[in-house]
Order: sequence, then C-alpha cells, then structure tokens
Amino acid sequence: MLTLDRLRITQDDFALEADFSIAPGARVAVLGPSGAGKSTLLTTIAGFLAPSAGRVLWAGTDITGTAPGMRPLSILFQDQNLFPHLTVSQNIGLGISPRPRLSTGDSRRIEAALERVGLAGLGARKPVALSGGEQGRVALARCLLRAKPLLLLDEPFAALGPALKAEMLALVAEIAREQGTTVLMVSHDPTDATALCPETVLVAEGTAYPPRPTAALLANPPPALAAYLGP
Amino acid sequence: MIPAALAATLVAALVLAPLGAVILRAGGVSALTPSDLDALIFTLWQAALSAGLSCALAIPLARALHRRRFPGRGAFIALLGAPFLLPTIVAVMGLLAILGRRGVVNGLLAGLGLPEFSLYGAQGVVVAHIFLNLPLAARMLLQGWQAIPAERLRLALALGLPPAAQARHLERPMLRAVLPGAFLAIFLVCVSSFAVALTLGGGPRASTIEVAIYQAFRFDADLGRAATLSLVQIALALAALGAAARLTLPSSFGAGLDRAAPAALAPDRWHRIKDGATLTLAAAFLLAPLLAIALRGITEIPALPASVWRAAANSLMLALGATVLTLTLALPLSLAAPRARWAEPVAMLPMTASALVLGTGLFLIVRPWLAPTSLALPVTLLVNATLTLPFALRLLLPEVRSLQADYDRLAASLGLSGLARLRLLTLPRLARPLGFSAGIAAAFSMGDLGAITLFSDGRSQTLPLALYSLMGSYRMEAAAGAACLLMALTFGLYALFDRIGAHADPR
Repeated sequence: MLTLDRLRITQDDFALEADFSIAPGARVAVLGPSGAGKSTLLTTIAGFLAPSAGRVLWAGTDITGTAPGMRPLSILFQDQNLFPHLTVSQNIGLGISPRPRLSTGDSRRIEAALERVGLAGLGARKPVALSGGEQGRVALARCLLRAKPLLLLDEPFAALGPALKAEMLALVAEIAREQGTTVLMVSHDPTDATALCPETVLVAEGTAYPPRPTAALLANPPPALAAYLGP
Repeated sequence: MIPAALAATLVAALVLAPLGAVILRAGGVSALTPSDLDALIFTLWQAALSAGLSCALAIPLARALHRRRFPGRGAFIALLGAPFLLPTIVAVMGLLAILGRRGVVNGLLAGLGLPEFSLYGAQGVVVAHIFLNLPLAARMLLQGWQAIPAERLRLALALGLPPAAQARHLERPMLRAVLPGAFLAIFLVCVSSFAVALTLGGGPRASTIEVAIYQAFRFDADLGRAATLSLVQIALALAALGAAARLTLPSSFGAGLDRAAPAALAPDRWHRIKDGATLTLAAAFLLAPLLAIALRGITEIPALPASVWRAAANSLMLALGATVLTLTLALPLSLAAPRARWAEPVAMLPMTASALVLGTGLFLIVRPWLAPTSLALPVTLLVNATLTLPFALRLLLPEVRSLQADYDRLAASLGLSGLARLRLLTLPRLARPLGFSAGIAAAFSMGDLGAITLFSDGRSQTLPLALYSLMGSYRMEAAAGAACLLMALTFGLYALFDRIGAHADPR
C-alpha cells in the first residue's frame, strides 16, 4: 500500500497537499488541469523532489528519504526513458543490474521481456532505430524486469497517436494485472482514465484528493474538475 | 577517477603555490629597470594591436565564409582550427620562410624595387600574432553568424533587404555581441606571448613581460626581478580576465559549423569578387607558411641528428603524460561543476597564471631542495597540464550540463551510480569532448616552448626547445626538418585523440 501521510510539496509560490492511501494492485489515474501539480506529485513519490512536510510510505515503511533508485517503484517520464547510446538489450538489462556483462540467464530474461512487449529479436538495435511506440515498449520491458510493486507513469505515451496510446495503455494494464503492480498514471484525458483506471485522484487547487471511483467522479464532477472537463 | 575535491586541491596547489612563492620572493627585492617598463608598454600595445587587427580582418573573412558555398569550404573551416594547435615556434619558422629576408614576399618586393619587409621586431610579433589568432576570431564570428536564427535570415530574404540593410539588422547586432569577447580572448593570449616575442622580438622595445621574465632569469640570474615581473604579468592577466568576466565570453572553438544559410542572401556582382579575394588572400596567408614548412622540412627529417629524435621522444612522453593529467583533473571537476559552485572557478584558476610565471614559482619552490635542471621535464608536464585545464573544462562543461539535464533522473530512477554510471553513461556520452580535450592537451604540450626554457640545461630537451636552439645556431636545414617533424607529431596526436573520441562515441 502506498501512503501519502500529510504530504506537503512547496516550490516557490506553488503548494500541493496530499493525504491518502492507495490499495495494493490498484490502478489509479491522476487527473487535473495542467499546472495543478500532477507531475510534481509523481516526481515527489519517485524521490526526485523532497516534500516540505509529511511522509511517503510503502507497505508501512517510510521511504521519504530513500534514493530514487532504491524505492520500490519504476517511473516512466514524458521523454528520455532510454539511453540513446545503449542498445535495446543494454537498456533493458539496466533493469536487472548495471553489471558490465550480463549472464546467459539474464540475456534469456531480456529476450523474454522483449517478446512479452512484442519486440522479439530487436535487442541489438539502438533506440533511435525504433518508432515512438516501440521505444515505449522497451521502457515497459525494463519495468517488467525491474519487477517493482509500484509503477508511476508520467504521460510516457503522450506523444503517440490515439490508437497507439490506447494499445500501450492496454499493455500496461495487462502487465500490471499479471504482476499485481500498483499503477499511478498522470493523464490529461478522461477517456484514458476510464479505460485503464478504476480509480482516479483529482489534483486541483493545491490539493490531491483521495482516490474515488473514476466512473462516479466523471459522472458527477466537483466544480474544479467540471471546469477542466468543460461542458 | 579521483574525487572532485582532490582534483580541486591539486589544481589550487599547482597554481597558488608557485604564485605564493613568487609573491614571497618578490617582496621588494629588486625594482624594475627602465627596460622592464618598456617591455610592459610593448606587451600592452602589441596585444591591443594584434587583437584589434585579428578581429578587424576576421570580419570580412567570416562574412565571406558564411555567405558563400564553394568546394573545399569545409576544409577551409577545418584549416582555421590549425593555427590554434600549431606550435608557435613552428608558426614562426613558417612565417620566416614566407616573409623572412629570403622569403617569397621579399623576393617580389625586391623585384618591384620596393624596400624590404623585416619580420624581426614589433611588426613581426604583430604579424605572427595575427597569423595565430585571426583564424580563432574568424571561427568565433562564424559561430556568431550561424547563431542568428534561420527565421531571421528568412525574413530578411522575404523582405528583399539590400546588403546595407542586412548589415544593419543582422550583422551589426551579432558583431556587437561577439567582437568584444573575441578581442579580449585574443588580447589575453597575446599579453602572455612568449615564444613569438622571444624569436621575432628583441631588444627592450619588442619584448613582452614573459620574455623579460626569461631574460631576468636566464641572463641576469636575477630571481627577484623575475618574481616582480611575474607579479606584473599576473596583474595583466587578472585585469584582462576581469574585463572579460564582464562580458560573457563565447566559447572560442566548437563544433557545429554548417547550417545552410539561404543562398540568395549572398549579394552578387562586386560583392562576389570581394568575397573571393578575401578567401583567397586568407587561404594564402594561412596555408603558405604551413606548406613551406612541410615542403622544406620533409626531406630534412631523415638527416636529423640523434639529439632531435631524443627530444622528440621526450616531447611525446611529455604530451601523453600531460594529456592524462589534464583529463584526470578536468573530468571530475567538470562533473562536479553543475552542482558545486567552487569547481568551475578552481578549474579556471590557471588562466591567471602564465607558463613563465608558473615556471618561475616552481623553480623558486624546488631550488632549495633539488637541482631544478633535474626536474625540467616533470615541471614542464605539470605546467602544461595545468594551463590546458581551463580549455578542457570549457569543452566538457556544456556536454556535462546536457548529460545531467537529460539523463540524471533516468539514471537515478534505475539506481545507476558509481563506476557503472561512469562506464555506461558518463564516458560514452562524453567521448567526443573528452577526445577533443585530449587532442588539444596533447597538441599544446607537444608544441609548448615555455616553462622548459627556464629549467633546461640543454641536456633534457623537448622538440620545440631543440628547434629553438637549431634556429639560434642558424642550422636552418635541420631546423626546417625539426619544425616539420614537430608539426606532424602535433597534428598527428591531435587527430589521433580526436578520432579515438569520435570512434568511442556510440551515437
């Protein structure tokens, strides 16, 4: 379970508060107007921003001071999710360990992960030789091997077309279901939230509200969300 | 890799200890002579004149290079990088071959019944400085041209602006931004000019402070005066740096030289003729001395005495050692610089010192304990590596910044740190600037004729020093051979390291 315990994030004149928990295995959308602090919230959970007050807990353990790479989570950013100078296999291999030579067992796991995301046999390529959707799949394959219980998505598929994006989100949902991963996903688009996430955290007016069922929230939006969604 | 704090301590010690020794020694020991004051005045006006003329001549050259497309343009721009790496003593040899008493130009002048041009004296020093720095200024201006957004050029084209209006709206604002930095960068180089003034200058009216330090040291054995002169030199460097700090100095070299400008911007008719003449003259001025060295020297190389080959071997070892030391200091400091405020100023600290100042200080430090002549090569290595550090830092820092901006979060989210980070991320991403820095460090060290002149007793020679003594004893055939060898080794080392960097770049 992910718990944000009276969390307060401040940056210059911006402030965001969050105080809620997310159940293990839940898939939660983070919805709200741009500039409300959706990315800031994820960045703080991932450990790149220190909160000015409060704690982040995973399964009851305080991880507020833990280094990003040591937290029980994987995060995919909007861009720069792959090292362009490393091959696809090397990029995925970083999900296992940064050792110079990976064992044959490791190579087999990398190949299996590539197969799982539908990119079998492309391990020797550089990211630049892949399409945007394929690059997203490589990053997902790395998350598969890292096998962390929490996955944070900061709009990694925002640059893809609608059909491709839906496909990637379906793949995420599938993998999350198989591995029992808790997913927290920033989105601009209520249809993404409906498709993938049974629950939604609304971020607006300086507060990240506790998760509510997505369908109910969208059917009867509070004023801040209504203003964002439009008529 | 050594920690940044250790690298910073080493650099600070390498610069501040010699400066401290100089200051302690200079404490009112010997006053300056009238000829030292002459040297100070000459240093200032020749540097101002050299920098001013280099910049003024660079304007038409950069303009022509920017707006004309012709076969060999890329090679021309690459050639502009050559004098920056060329050992100054080789440049002097090359200029003597063309502009010297028996050079081509004086042959022409005599044929026309005109008086002879002498490369010795103040005018020679200025001409050599222009040869060495005009290309630098032209490259800085060319980068200024290329930094003008393509949209601006497109707009000028769409409005059909005539050349005068283009100059007013495009060129002049760019020149205002770039020229002061270019002037000061060249002024700083010329203020600490040693090898050019040593070989072409002479007499108190054409000596720089650096040469005055050398003479006080070598001929008058007056360490107190050498120390006082060193303080004057430091003050000059600090004043020039202070002025430069008020401007944002553009980086003096760099990649990215070919964004196609809209071709129709180039005006026609006599502008085309003018540009052609400018490019031809500049190419002749830059190429002729290099070609003269290559043609005259290459046949002399097999006949070079064994002492020159020993000196060449010394120089190679020295260059490799200085390269390793430069990178060992520059890499940790540049990686620390975006976060630690002290790292960049420490790495730029050597800019306040010159080869002769550091040499004098180190001489004063080691003399009570050891015979300084026994340390000629190690001291030269230290001084060369220290003086190259600011260049390496300038090259590495922008790449380090973008590396950290682009991949810090990803690396942190994957827990990539320590040696794994260095091997998988830092070294591959920085391969190009590291190779470039190594090439520059090796070339500078290979061609350096500075601190070694204070320490050498003639037995432990470097190739530039051997070349200088061959010139001094008028063995011009052997000197041409040594100059050709030195030029080949310098460019060879630079190209080797640059290629290694490009090859190791996985992109």
